[in-house]
Amino acid sequence: MKKHLLDLTITENRFIGENHILMKLTSNEKLPGVVPGQFVEVRIDHTPTVFLRRPISINFVDYKTNELWLLIQLVGDGTNHLSTLKAGDVVNIIMPLGNGFSKPTNARDKVLLVGGGVGIAPLLMLGAELKRDGFQIDYLLGARTASGLLLLDEFRKYGDVYVTTEDGSEGETGYVTNHSVLRKQRYARIYTCGPTPMMKSVASFAIKEGVDCEVSLENKMACGLGACLCCVTETSVGHKCVCSDGPVFNIKNLKW
Amino acid sequence: MVDLKTKIGNLVMKNPIMTASGTFGYGTEYADFMDISQIGGIIVKGTTLNHREGNPYPRMAETPSGMLNCVGLQNKGVDYFVEHIYPTIKDIDTNMIVNVSGACIEDYVATAAKINALKEIPAIELNISCPNVKQGGMAFGTTCEGAHAVVEAVRKVYDKTLIVKLSPNVTDIAAIARSVEEAGADAVSLINTLMGMAIDAEKQVPLLSTITGGLSGPCVKPVALRMVWQVSKAVSIPIIGLGGIMNATDAIEFFLAGASAIQIGTANFIDPTTALKVADGIKNYLERHGCSSVSEIVGALKVG
Repeated sequence: MKKHLLDLTITENRFIGENHILMKLTSNEKLPGVVPGQFVEVRIDHTPTVFLRRPISINFVDYKTNELWLLIQLVGDGTNHLSTLKAGDVVNIIMPLGNGFSKPTNARDKVLLVGGGVGIAPLLMLGAELKRDGFQIDYLLGARTASGLLLLDEFRKYGDVYVTTEDGSEGETGYVTNHSVLRKQRYARIYTCGPTPMMKSVASFAIKEGVDCEVSLENKMACGLGACLCCVTETSVGHKCVCSDGPVFNIKNLKW
Repeated sequence: MVDLKTKIGNLVMKNPIMTASGTFGYGTEYADFMDISQIGGIIVKGTTLNHREGNPYPRMAETPSGMLNCVGLQNKGVDYFVEHIYPTIKDIDTNMIVNVSGACIEDYVATAAKINALKEIPAIELNISCPNVKQGGMAFGTTCEGAHAVVEAVRKVYDKTLIVKLSPNVTDIAAIARSVEEAGADAVSLINTLMGMAIDAEKQVPLLSTITGGLSGPCVKPVALRMVWQVSKAVSIPIIGLGGIMNATDAIEFFLAGASAIQIGTANFIDPTTALKVADGIKNYLERHGCSSVSEIVGALKVG
């Protein structure tokens, strides 16, 4: 897919809870088409400490309003700077990057989308497209506490939403892999994105159950284009770039 | 009329701008953003005799005005390059240059000889300055004897333009530059990355898998300029300057210090079109200063 270097204008930038923002951006031109699971590289200007672009997964593209949605966790100077931007501000973005999730082959398959923390971000658009294509979707979303469960109303548009919190403040108590829905339902495929320990745990479940599973990895990146070879992960065929060979990998290709 | 055409040895370039090895892949990764054939030269990823997996993750850490890396020359080896990559880049209408590295002199020689046979590769950049490999690499670039020996050996099998990339991790870079000039280099490029490290204070661990790595970006520019200046006083072969160049003004500073051409490295990660923006900016500068070519400002620094 052709990559674009774009100056996008913020239409909305609001806090979701204390530690996340939902930034929506648009362009005078039609936004390029994206595959759920792809990401963007956001340029951060005017900060003394931030040098490199920040890779951010695509939360959603609303083709009707021509808006790109980025769900961003505030973790450092770069993302904190993004939280200070206002509607009308311009952000330089490279998009779309990497390879997205693949679709199941059988149109009546029931699929599970498991997200943890800000890792839920790419699962929104994935669910929307899978639902559009006729698949049955269950979401299983986890967070430390209820305030970390983000955009639940958006997720409910595309499938049934099951939640866990580590402190039991919402949904079932514990980790996503402890949720009772995993014992009741049988899925043709599992997609997951979130903290690595969570994804590894979901991957173990998938392997045990013999279910096909795709994970979206997040490694520290520089170029985002497969040029610098900084963001590699170990695969069955050696080091591969998370940015250009991923970020989505089938677990059978990872050394998990 | 400004003409950016530049010659380095027998290498004729549309403009004095090259992209630095390891920051621009094989060029094709950047082709969506611009016409990469308009860049004076593209120096592709470091190539070694045998396949190398490189170092474990994490390989990169952001630092103030720069970054550290410890990629460790991950590449599939020269035979793979010749068979699979060369055919995909040979028709790009610019100078496609291969950065060659090795663990011992024999490796450098064997790799250079294979590249010498490739018609559309007009030059190599001999990397005697990689800080991220245990054997070879920088070891050759930190002594005059080592640098001389590897360049002399490669010169015997390589008859096109031979550029030697120098390490800044030395006490006297001018002495190393003189050694490689004497051994037959057509040009030197400098600087490779500066050895550095970064630490996560909370976790009390290094941020790179190899603990130390190579520092690049605007934070190294003053060091690079100083070294280009020193080397320009020591050798008569052309100098290709690099180290933290983000824009045309940075590039002009390198020309004034004595570089005949420059490379864009880490800046490619921030703005993938930096190389062509710098070319435009240099043209604009030369027009404003009534110059018709870059050669008029090479080493033109006014000192008391």
